[in-house]
Amino acid sequence: MPTLNDKKRPASRATGRPAPELIFGDLWEFDPAPETADPRLKARYDLFIGGKFVAPASGKYFDSLNPANETKLAEIAHANAADVDAAYAAAKKAFDTTWGKMPGKERAKYIYRLARLLQDRAREFAVAETMDGGKPIKESRDFDVPMAAAHFFYHAGWADKLDYVAPGRKVAPLGVVGQVIPWNFPLLMLAWKIAPALAMGNTIVIKPAETTSVTALKFAEIIQDAGLPPGTVNIVTGFGGTGAAVMGHPTAAKVAFTGSTEVGKIIMRSLAGTDKKMTMELGGKAANIVFDDAPLDQAVEGIVNGIFFNQGHVCCAGSRLLVHEPVAAAVLAKLKTRIRTLRVGDPLDKNTDIGAINSREQLKKIESLVAAGVKEGATLFQPACKLPTKGYYFRPTVFSGVSMSHRIAREEIFGPVLSVLTFRTLDEAVEKANNTAYGLSAGVWTDKGSRILKMSTELKAGVVWANTYNKFDPTSPFGGYKESGFGREGGRQGLLDYCKLV
Amino acid sequence: MAVTAHAAFKRLFNEVGTVDQVGVEERVAKYTTRSIKKHAKLWGLKAAVSMVDLTTLEGKDTPGKVASLCQKALCPHDDPTIPQVAAVCVYPSMVKHARRALGEDTAVRIASVATAFPSGQAPLRTRLAEVKAAVADGADEIDMVINRGAFLAGEFQLVQDEIVAVRDACGAATLKVILEVSELETFDNIRGASFLAMRVLRAGDFIKTSTGKTSLNATLGNNQVMIEAIRDFYLETGTAIAMKPAGGIRSAKQALQFLTAVKETLGDEWLNNTRYRFGASSLLNDLLRQLEKERTGAYQAPYYFSEAAESY
Repeated sequence: MPTLNDKKRPASRATGRPAPELIFGDLWEFDPAPETADPRLKARYDLFIGGKFVAPASGKYFDSLNPANETKLAEIAHANAADVDAAYAAAKKAFDTTWGKMPGKERAKYIYRLARLLQDRAREFAVAETMDGGKPIKESRDFDVPMAAAHFFYHAGWADKLDYVAPGRKVAPLGVVGQVIPWNFPLLMLAWKIAPALAMGNTIVIKPAETTSVTALKFAEIIQDAGLPPGTVNIVTGFGGTGAAVMGHPTAAKVAFTGSTEVGKIIMRSLAGTDKKMTMELGGKAANIVFDDAPLDQAVEGIVNGIFFNQGHVCCAGSRLLVHEPVAAAVLAKLKTRIRTLRVGDPLDKNTDIGAINSREQLKKIESLVAAGVKEGATLFQPACKLPTKGYYFRPTVFSGVSMSHRIAREEIFGPVLSVLTFRTLDEAVEKANNTAYGLSAGVWTDKGSRILKMSTELKAGVVWANTYNKFDPTSPFGGYKESGFGREGGRQGLLDYCKLV
Repeated sequence: MAVTAHAAFKRLFNEVGTVDQVGVEERVAKYTTRSIKKHAKLWGLKAAVSMVDLTTLEGKDTPGKVASLCQKALCPHDDPTIPQVAAVCVYPSMVKHARRALGEDTAVRIASVATAFPSGQAPLRTRLAEVKAAVADGADEIDMVINRGAFLAGEFQLVQDEIVAVRDACGAATLKVILEVSELETFDNIRGASFLAMRVLRAGDFIKTSTGKTSLNATLGNNQVMIEAIRDFYLETGTAIAMKPAGGIRSAKQALQFLTAVKETLGDEWLNNTRYRFGASSLLNDLLRQLEKERTGAYQAPYYFSEAAESY
């Protein structure tokens, strides 16, 4: 297996001069620039069932922490099976009496209203999202919240045009759908899930992740303000048991899950033999493939965006870098230089590039996989950046000299950790990229258009980005191959997963 | 002819690599979201003042205009903590007037745009004579234009030979090589031309975006392409080339964005006026306006800081 040792520069060796180095020091240190908008959090959040906030049947609540400083943000209701029953009953009633009967053009008005109300409160939601999940404010402000609004706008536009979504066929809603969403993009995943379901005329029981329930419950306020018929969207919070109750409920005509492949398999097993429709958006271990003719600085930027966006808590993160041998040393050197200028720290600071890891549990998982990488002999690089003393943080990490058998090349780390492998030929790149249980996304970097087309055909991945990475759009379907799941979200294809053809 | 030009470009791009325009635009957009407050803002604004090449390049320039520009350069503001600018930048015929106004014993340098600026369309010996005359009159720095026609025709040797001739004519004077990026058109060409120039420059010489006389001047995008070229050249050879974006940078906010690009691409060693300059005129008063705002907490009346460079 070839390794990526740094090349010694012949010039400096000959003259005995030290190799030229860039200094990214503290000459011009930026002052803290915290985002100060009020997130308007409540001390305690109840369940949202039938259009009202209601206390959980058990009377139990759990704490939601701010991962940036480990302080308590709010108390979240712990829903049990009785609460989930109540939520499904409310959703069934709404489907049978109001939302399910409503013409598409009327539903569209409500969904447009959700989008506009979310835009109105964008900064507030961005701050809440950052405090709850640890992602940098620049991402929640510039990506999560605007993209969530964009999904509502896009699907609102579909609601009165559903006769054209499946040419030659008529479509009808499924009924009540149960949805469980992950903690990496709490508000955006909620939008991805509920916007198409609402546009199609379904009603919803949704469970956000236990570490990131706050923005979903804030969104419940928007649902109230928009005047959606009670029970159209019901939000139940809790842990895995609550999620299992949502997925397994007999009223659910369809379940949609985004999360780990491990949990996805458990859900699929538990639903075997039922007539529920399912869509699963699961893990990934994407290959980001850089050919020798690629514009290297922009490729490096795409590599950084691919793996360090949202601390690497992205199912489609470009966590395996496959780089063409002739440029391997150059790409690695440029990558290390670039990583030295990333700013790790307080997620609420507008200049922060990498925020906090979502939870202590996730931090431990990342640490153990990185330790495994070191033990298996890969070469670790981390910049010498200062980390805050409280909170869950992890330095951006690059492993070079990784081979396909290493755990860090096979398992989803879901953190800011990149594994660098090399290849010699296009076929080898394809073979390595596809040699994984996952198939969610991939990236290709080359100046050659024909190679992009060839790669996008050969790569078994739901999304292939060419000369860019992590680009999303409500019009573009997103979803996986193999153990990355099935079903699509976004676009016409995403809508079709929320209807039956009649 | 066309075939050799094509081959020359292919060879050049193979050597120095290509640039993806969309990627560059995306990268530099991130600089504009940096939030620079308080001490960092003060430091940045003062650094920017110290990096200004205060420029007047007009047909109607007179010794009087140049003298008042020099006065502004020496003492941009009453506040003694605000530094002098790096240099004044004038036409060769104005160098001796600038020297008289600034005196011999001054830290403010005199830069002059020689070599038939801005077109460069004069015989080489005429251009060299202009350079020598400007240096003899007291210019510390010479801003030359490259032969864009030769570059676009793939005659890279000619481009470099002319730079070498001008460099030798400069003697001890610092040389700044203007690529005139708007006439090179693509980022690939800008990167290629940057390398051609840097390979024949001395440490401490500059590459510069533009003359300020065409429609498109310094942008964060072409600045980024050039500073990445400087970075790559430095890491490869150890020779530190300096950078000067010129034209189009009018506001303090823009200047801080350019400095952010320098901080995050080239690092601390380029955050001073021996390695980075702004070719500008109206920028200076906006920097002063912002500094005064930071000091007093309020914006001054507009007539305190004119936006017209003529009124320096």
